[in-house]
Amino acid sequence: MALSRLTSRSNGISRPLSTAFGRFISTDTTPITIETSLPFTAHLCDPPSRSVESSTQELLDFFRTMALMRRMEIAADSLYKAKLIRGFCHLYDGQEAVAIGMEAVITKKDAIITAYRDHCIFLGRGGSLYEVFAELMGRQDGCSKGKGGSMHFYKKDSSFYGGHGIVGAQVPLGCGIAFAQKYVKEEAVTFAMYGDGAANQGQLFEALNISALWDLPSILVCENNHYGMGTAEWRAAKSPSYYKRGDYVPGLKVDGMDAFAVKQACKFAKEHALKNGPIILEMDTYRYHGHSMSDPGSTYRTRDEISGVRQERDPIERIKKLVLSHDLATEKELKDMEKEIRKEVDDAIAKAKDCSMPEPSELFTNVYVKGFGTKSFGADRKEVKAALP
Amino acid sequence: MSAIIHGAGAATALTTFNSKKLVAPCRTNLPARSKRCIVVAGSDDASKSFGSSSVLSVRRPQKLIANAVATKTDTSATTGHELLLFEALQEGLEEEMDRDPHVCVMGEDVGHYGGSYKVTKGLADKFGDLRVLDTPICENAFTGMGIGAAMTGLRPVIEGMNMGFLLLAFNQISNNCGMLHYTSGGQFTIPVVIRGPGGVGRQLGAEHSQRLESYFQSIPGIQMVACSTPYNAKGLMKAAIRSENPVILFEHVLLYNLKEKIPDDDYICNLEEAEMVRPGEHITILTYSRMRYHVMQAAKTLVNKGYDPEVIDIRSLKPFDLYTIGNSVKKTHRVLIVEECMRTGGIGASLTAAINENFHDYLDAPVMCLSSQDVPTPYAGTLEEWTVVQPAQIVTAVEQLCQ
Repeated sequence: MALSRLTSRSNGISRPLSTAFGRFISTDTTPITIETSLPFTAHLCDPPSRSVESSTQELLDFFRTMALMRRMEIAADSLYKAKLIRGFCHLYDGQEAVAIGMEAVITKKDAIITAYRDHCIFLGRGGSLYEVFAELMGRQDGCSKGKGGSMHFYKKDSSFYGGHGIVGAQVPLGCGIAFAQKYVKEEAVTFAMYGDGAANQGQLFEALNISALWDLPSILVCENNHYGMGTAEWRAAKSPSYYKRGDYVPGLKVDGMDAFAVKQACKFAKEHALKNGPIILEMDTYRYHGHSMSDPGSTYRTRDEISGVRQERDPIERIKKLVLSHDLATEKELKDMEKEIRKEVDDAIAKAKDCSMPEPSELFTNVYVKGFGTKSFGADRKEVKAALP
Repeated sequence: MSAIIHGAGAATALTTFNSKKLVAPCRTNLPARSKRCIVVAGSDDASKSFGSSSVLSVRRPQKLIANAVATKTDTSATTGHELLLFEALQEGLEEEMDRDPHVCVMGEDVGHYGGSYKVTKGLADKFGDLRVLDTPICENAFTGMGIGAAMTGLRPVIEGMNMGFLLLAFNQISNNCGMLHYTSGGQFTIPVVIRGPGGVGRQLGAEHSQRLESYFQSIPGIQMVACSTPYNAKGLMKAAIRSENPVILFEHVLLYNLKEKIPDDDYICNLEEAEMVRPGEHITILTYSRMRYHVMQAAKTLVNKGYDPEVIDIRSLKPFDLYTIGNSVKKTHRVLIVEECMRTGGIGASLTAAINENFHDYLDAPVMCLSSQDVPTPYAGTLEEWTVVQPAQIVTAVEQLCQ
């Protein structure tokens, strides 16, 4: 499974879970059926069932990876306050279930494109903690060689297309990727993610129109965390039912804090998109931090609201309760796991801090691709002829 | 298969416009520091001399100056076929689509309608709806889609029905098209071609007479080229499609019906090369796109008055071909830029800065730039005429510079 590969890779050293955690074996794939917390609300389609097929290993993987993501974001918070991360830093804690649930049902050929809240999705796609922290701190070993920053994480070999700063601009890109997938007949889909703020962008509807016209395998995922920076959704959208906004395009509203609901919805959406064209998924989720590190996050919402969601709907707590109720691990074992994750993150940060800044010559690399007819010449160019490839 | 790029001065045949028959030497033969002839016009100006050059006083043509007017061509040497500029673009596009299945075209009315300027005529029938895509009217979205598709490896050719409409896609072109290769640390390349007609046409109105090269020129990561003849239109189109960088190809509404004979064999034009239209000695005139023809028309008059202008079609608007331009400046020491952009912040403004920075020592006179007026293009025919640079103004400017 992609996730188990992730966990062993991000360890640096591969260690079978069995030795670390006593009684449960990592190869245990006893199937479990889990009910989602809420039923799905559907628009122009039949909602999938609330019973989700899973396994014990998947449950533990979910917990581990989400805890890793949460820990990574909290660590990024501290690094930002220590001024090691500059500029804009948009944190994903609270929304981990969306990234996890999506990864559980797709392959590396399926593409994901998202906006600037991309750290955890990059991790889910196979990125390493070291690459994340190195990029956040602008070091040369970062995933974009330190030249992108927090908002520009990309991973081409896992079909993760980033990482975009301009709100809404990634949705036409995502539909273009879906078009390319259809063009080369790849049987893959594209998840174009955006937020409730971006849902009011015109280019979204333009892209949706084209996707529906041309039957593109694009899935538009609205991560509705109810606030577009400081503006609540009811102040920005006349119709906050984002899953219905596609009008002629089917939509599904999903509890985005429940990783299994997300998993079921994404599975359903992938099957739908490959057959019938675009579909919209609205993930009802929440972010604990403000919009970015420069936003305290409490001027437009109450602390009670934030702590209320944390107590009642936290995705990691939900998985933890499931793990405990299915007797897969004890409290202490989970605590140990969290300690280990904390150490892993700290190690990655220490290693990233040691990494050097990019070379000055990197300022000019990758502006153009060197190749035919593309060399930039200055006043002293000597040779201009080249042969056709 | 291999073929050679024809250098900037390759022989081409007669055009319907009165341009000189091109037998220009190729770049590597350009003299670096040969003897320079200085024109001394009038008796009051002190003549400047450089080094060991001889000073000539030329008022009436004592020595033979090559024709500015095209003579009837005698090109039977190269086989070729005659076609119009939009057909040349179509041929280039079709050949590239045949050659590489990843090339696709998207734009408004490019498919079933055949293209509003007929550049994509017949392609939909040949290649099908998946490769020649009729989009709805949403420039922002379909430009974004083209860029997204390019990230995966397709090579879309995005057509703006009129260049001005691409202003709606400026965010996609600037942030995604130009910058993704850099911000992803080199992971993604964006081999798109964005093309369309622009420029001042025949009374099309202010919003349909935009010249976007000035707006796009600062975007890092893109290349811009402007075609002006059927020969370089086909060559640049093919080179742009094959290039791994995003290229914006500027065509001109009034040049689509130019007729020229182009070679049969496979050729491309280098994207960063300028074209030597008419070699000369007295003054370098830099131009591109439609203004090339106004310059050549002015050149006729100038030759009759005894001047020998060197006309260079810069073709590559970003980056500038400072090598060709530099060699020319070192030869003639006077530069006139004739462009259709607005005066403020246009291509001419950047070129003036670049020439002053790099070749200041070689200039005998300040660089002069003739551009369109800083006004929205009016509808009335006479007013529109005064918006763009006319041949008479070019003649006056040359006379003024060569004093």
